[in-house]
Order: sequence, then structure tokens, then C-alpha cells
Amino acid sequence: MDEEAPGAWHEIVRDVLKRHQVKLVTYVPDNVLRPLIDAVHGDSFFTAFSCAREEEAVGIVSGAWMGGLRGIVLMQTSGFATLPNAIASLAVPFQIPVLMMVSERGTLGEFNIGQSLVARTMRPVLQALAVEHHTMTRLDEVEFIVDRSITQAVATQAPCVFILSPLLTGGKVFAK
Amino acid sequence: MTFTANHPASRDQAKVMNRFDITKRMVARLKHDEAVIGGIGYTNFDLWAAGRRPQNFYMLGSMGLAVPIALGVALAQPQRKVIALEGDGSILMQVGSLATVAARKQKNLAIVIMDNGTYQITGGQLTSTELGADIVAMARGAGIAQSAWAADEAAFEELIELSLREDGPWLIGCRIDKEKPAETTERDPPRIRDQFMRGLGVKQ
Ligand SMILES: Cc1ncc(C[n+]2csc(CCOP(=O)(O)OP(=O)(O)O)c2C)c(N)n1
Repeated sequence: MDEEAPGAWHEIVRDVLKRHQVKLVTYVPDNVLRPLIDAVHGDSFFTAFSCAREEEAVGIVSGAWMGGLRGIVLMQTSGFATLPNAIASLAVPFQIPVLMMVSERGTLGEFNIGQSLVARTMRPVLQALAVEHHTMTRLDEVEFIVDRSITQAVATQAPCVFILSPLLTGGKVFAK
Repeated sequence: MTFTANHPASRDQAKVMNRFDITKRMVARLKHDEAVIGGIGYTNFDLWAAGRRPQNFYMLGSMGLAVPIALGVALAQPQRKVIALEGDGSILMQVGSLATVAARKQKNLAIVIMDNGTYQITGGQLTSTELGADIVAMARGAGIAQSAWAADEAAFEELIELSLREDGPWLIGCRIDKEKPAETTERDPPRIRDQFMRGLGVKQ
């Protein structure tokens, strides 16, 4: 798909974030997330920057929320695997609506066994912590899921995770 | 850089102070509702003991995240000075956050490191600062040029004063003794978060 075409997943996400005043974007990069990262860097509405670790990115977004600024953390599945402690000891008990978007590696054509094993830890962790999460597979559901879930996260003061399936993004294709 | 003139270059030369005493000295200088994030370990216990300010946030886990949380508050409220109080063991776990702070050139942020050379709360096991690591030098290497060891209590107060008055980011290294904290923080996370948000004027 042409990345510049209106209605690409990353454009929809960018627009919904804007509508909800989610101005802060912290991330550890991933190839699939690149168009979204480029989109937020290219729009002065957002403050976007990379962090050394995903935990750090969650800490920054948590502090920003308490200071009155909404934010989201972007990462890949292996980054999510570093987060159970921060989610369980900061976002959940302190009731902070940390928004997280995870580019799903490890499935539907993964070529790296490490990625595929790490990816299997994600949903059990989310279930164990009872964290709201949605896997987005189709373009026509992106807006609804992100829009409604941000409203819910804020209203219920709870973190929320958006999983970007390769069915939506195309994922990362096999490379020798 | 004039600010370092009265401060020792290395950890070895800094006086060993007391955490509760210097925490009280710091809090006494906060006149403009500055936000303070107290890290895991005993750091937040003595912040709690130094007086219940609504602008204080006390961490109960997530080791190493005092600096990132403080950076987030600082980003959200650029007019307010924000201080991260963190232990040496904790900052070693999230040392990359110093580079993030430096890259943001976060003017309204100061970091105070309580360096007792140990993971005190878990039984006093040595951290690598006791074996040669110098957190002030590491912070400079990360790009926080305004990083200094506090030579003694007077120098600490001077550095705090400077960090509240002048643009940051700042990092103040403090060698501290192994005295137990004066009190124990109440472990009630929703209440801590709610009071903090009201203290910052985010909730009425
Ligand atoms: C990720 C993680 N690892 C280990 C611990 C256990 N733990 C809690 S506090 C602490 C030591 C903190 O050391 P420092 O920051 O130097 O503070 P101090 O105890 O000396 O005041 C450790 C290891 C933890 N809570 N989280």
C-alpha cells in the first residue's frame, strides 16, 4: 500500500491520537512502526522521541499523564516483553492510563525464532494483569478500536494496549 | 563552568552526608510548588518523612523510573521545576534515561542521586558505585554537562538553589551514610497519584 495514501493505518492512528489530545509519543523503534513514527515526527502537534528502554518510555508517559499531558508508547513485541514490571507496579496500581501500541512480531511468517518465542509471552502477561488490549487486523476497525479505547482508558484510569497485527500492517517479511 | 568551582571532581572527595538531613534541606528550599519524585529504595521514605507535600510522588516499585517519571512531569508542565530523587542502585538500572534527559535538554529538571554505595533496602549489598563507578561522570558522559558532586551540606544547598534558579538539566550527586530512613511511606498508590495530580493543579 502507498504509505502516503489517505487512510493508511498509521494516518488513522495519528488522526485519532490528535483528536484525543495525545501529544506525547515515546518509543523504541520498530520497522513496522516506521510510518507512524515518521508521521508524528512530521507533525508539530506531537512531541515525539526515542528512549533507551521501553520501561523508560512508560515512565515518561506516566509522569506526563500526572502532569496533565496525554501520551502513548510505541514498541515491538520484544519491547513489550520488558514491561510487565512497569505495568504491574506503576500503571496498574497507580491507575494511570498509559496507552501502548505494539507492532506484533513473532507470528504470521516470522523468520526469527527468538521473536516468535518472545511474542508468546505478550497475551498471557496482559491477561494476568487484566489489562485491556485489542489486536487490530483490519483497516476498517482501526479508528473504532483506538478511538473508543482511548476514551475508555481515560475514563477508567487504566492502561490499554493496541496490538498491530501483520494482517493490518503487512508485518516484516522474510529476509534471508 | 563556574557552578563546579566549589565542588569536588570525584566521588571520593565528596563528604558523606545523611539522606534525611539533606532531603529536609532540599524540601525547605522548595518555595514554588516544585514537583519531587521519590525513587524506590529508601529515597522516597525520607522524602515522605521530610513532610507531606502534595507535589511529592512516592514510588512503590518500578525500580529506576524516578528520572523518566520526573521527565514526563517536566514535559507536561514546563513552567514547574521538577526534581527526581533517586538511589544509586536504581539509576544504574536505568542509566540510559540520563541520555534521554540530556537529549531533551530538559530545562526544568534536576536529578538528585542519593549514593550510599549499596542496595540498602534489600540488605546493603554493594553497588558498583562503591567499586569505582562515578554517577556524576556517567551523567556528564551522557550529556548532562551540569552534573556535580555536592562537597558537603552547604554545597548541596547551593547546588539545589542553582538548579531551581537556572536552566537545567542538572544532576547533583550526594554521598550518603547508611542510616535507616526516618519513616515508612504509606503504600496507597491511588491516593498518592490523586494527591500528586491535585498538587500539580491537574485535578481540582
Ligand atoms: C526490577 C527490580 N529489581 C529488583 C528489585 C528489588 N529492589 C527493590 S529496592 C532495591 C534497591 C534500590 O537501591 P537504591 O536505589 O540504591 O536505593 P537504597 O535501597 O540504597 O535506598 C532493589 C534491588 C525491584 N524492586 N525491582
